[in-house]
Amino acid sequence: MSHETNRRGWLTAAGASVAGLWLAACDKITENPRSAAVLKSAEGLTRRAQRLVVDRKALAPEFPATAISPDFKPNGSTNPDDPDYVAQRDKGFADWRLVVDGLVERPLSLSLADLRKLPARTQITRHDCVEGWSSIGKWTGARLGPLLDQAGLKPTARYIVFHCADMLEETLDGTGQYYESLDLIDAYHPQTLLAYDMNDRPLPVPHGAPLRLRAERQLGYKQAKYVMRLEAVADFAHISRGNGGFWEDRGYEWYAGI
Amino acid sequence: MSRARTGKPTKVLVYRHAGVTRTTHWINVLALSFLLLSGLQIFNAHPALYWGAKSVFAHPWLAMDPAERAGQPVGVTIIFGHQFTTTGLFGWSGKGQGEPRGFPAWATVPTYRDLADGRRWHFFFAWLFVINGFVYLAMSLITRHIQRDLWPKGWQLKPAHVWHEVVTHAQLKFPKGEEARTYNILQKGAYLGVILVLLPLMLGTGLTMSPGFDSAAPWLLDLFGGRQSARSIHFISAWLIVSFVIVHLVMVVASGTWNNIRSMVTGRYAIEVDTAAPAAPANDAAGEVA
Repeated sequence: MSHETNRRGWLTAAGASVAGLWLAACDKITENPRSAAVLKSAEGLTRRAQRLVVDRKALAPEFPATAISPDFKPNGSTNPDDPDYVAQRDKGFADWRLVVDGLVERPLSLSLADLRKLPARTQITRHDCVEGWSSIGKWTGARLGPLLDQAGLKPTARYIVFHCADMLEETLDGTGQYYESLDLIDAYHPQTLLAYDMNDRPLPVPHGAPLRLRAERQLGYKQAKYVMRLEAVADFAHISRGNGGFWEDRGYEWYAGI
Repeated sequence: MSRARTGKPTKVLVYRHAGVTRTTHWINVLALSFLLLSGLQIFNAHPALYWGAKSVFAHPWLAMDPAERAGQPVGVTIIFGHQFTTTGLFGWSGKGQGEPRGFPAWATVPTYRDLADGRRWHFFFAWLFVINGFVYLAMSLITRHIQRDLWPKGWQLKPAHVWHEVVTHAQLKFPKGEEARTYNILQKGAYLGVILVLLPLMLGTGLTMSPGFDSAAPWLLDLFGGRQSARSIHFISAWLIVSFVIVHLVMVVASGTWNNIRSMVTGRYAIEVDTAAPAAPANDAAGEVA
């Protein structure tokens, strides 16, 4: 009996240590740059496969007004403390300007009134956080495609970088500043907006006032809030830590379609 | 047969599993293990589940939350409105003081909280799982493995027969001799259920959670009742697969651990036959239950 108990205890201990070693090995694999690169290779496969099966103009599902979330969750920064931003916010963004520059023929500086005159779209869409939850909201904004045409992209432009007012992480080198980027397929998608209204009211501060990006076929971290400047670039290797976005610089996929 | 007819049962090795079945089986073991562990890491980023298109944050049907009771941190699990204290397991766990987390460190890859890495593991093994699954399905349909060995025969579906199998399985009495050459109805049902229902369901609900794929196949959202429903079904199916694996392992052990493992490694499965009624030797039997 006690022999049996000992044996069972020994087996349990052995099983637990094998499992422990196994999990520790997984942590090591995660941290090893070479094996991490192998795991990361699936991202390219996912992006190519989705680009292959998803038509570039295919629309994200839209919802009836009754589906709008009363509890739409603001995530990330909810009240930026950048002094320039705070000053603009306190003036109701009256002198706020959106800068459009980089690889464009005609750099722009647009007020909110200018943006409201541009070709607009209203859509009720689902916002899917990378954490797993979803909220539904109604967005009105300037379509990014016509705005980019107004600035005139140079042939070398391949990505649009969205520079934001919020510092999401305090770092010494400024790489904690939020930013995002899209390729031209998603930048010219009919549902890609620079949204100034949410649920028929001016975009509230927790959700990115005065202007946020909506790129509906990707996850929430792509939907940059507090957008201050659009920059057309040939590549984004020189920006911040070089991966095309705040969360991308912290290990998340640049293509956030899944 | 040159062997003397003694009437005593003799062990005969039959060729049970084809190379494709064995290879894809073990790749599946690897892929599903990592998919489960990395899936729990992803779940931990928002350890709550909802029905419908969106999350109604006040009403998850399942949630694993940290809470405080008498100044001590505790883990609380809520299922359909019922609360359970699950400190150390769900909601709050870890060394020392612990930390708020859905599933504990030993159940996630990596062990520490890191959604980005969890997603890397998950999508890498998801591709392996999908490619492996398609190879298995294509080969098994071409070689008629599914039609011949897994699809139930009419007589196996008769209620009396099914009940008989349930009773003998519950007594852990397994078919011997000639009967052991083919899968019984419970094996067929379990394997087909996993291969044709649960595993495709994991892929379907997984893709439904992709905002990119939703724009190409919005019908998936109608099929599963919205993205949050798809996430719930993905979670439930994962645990149904885990329960299948537990029963599968119990059956492997109960019906002869080494014989079963050998058959999934080398393909050869030993059955006891009465030498009075000679059985075909291994090479002749190839393909019987391969």
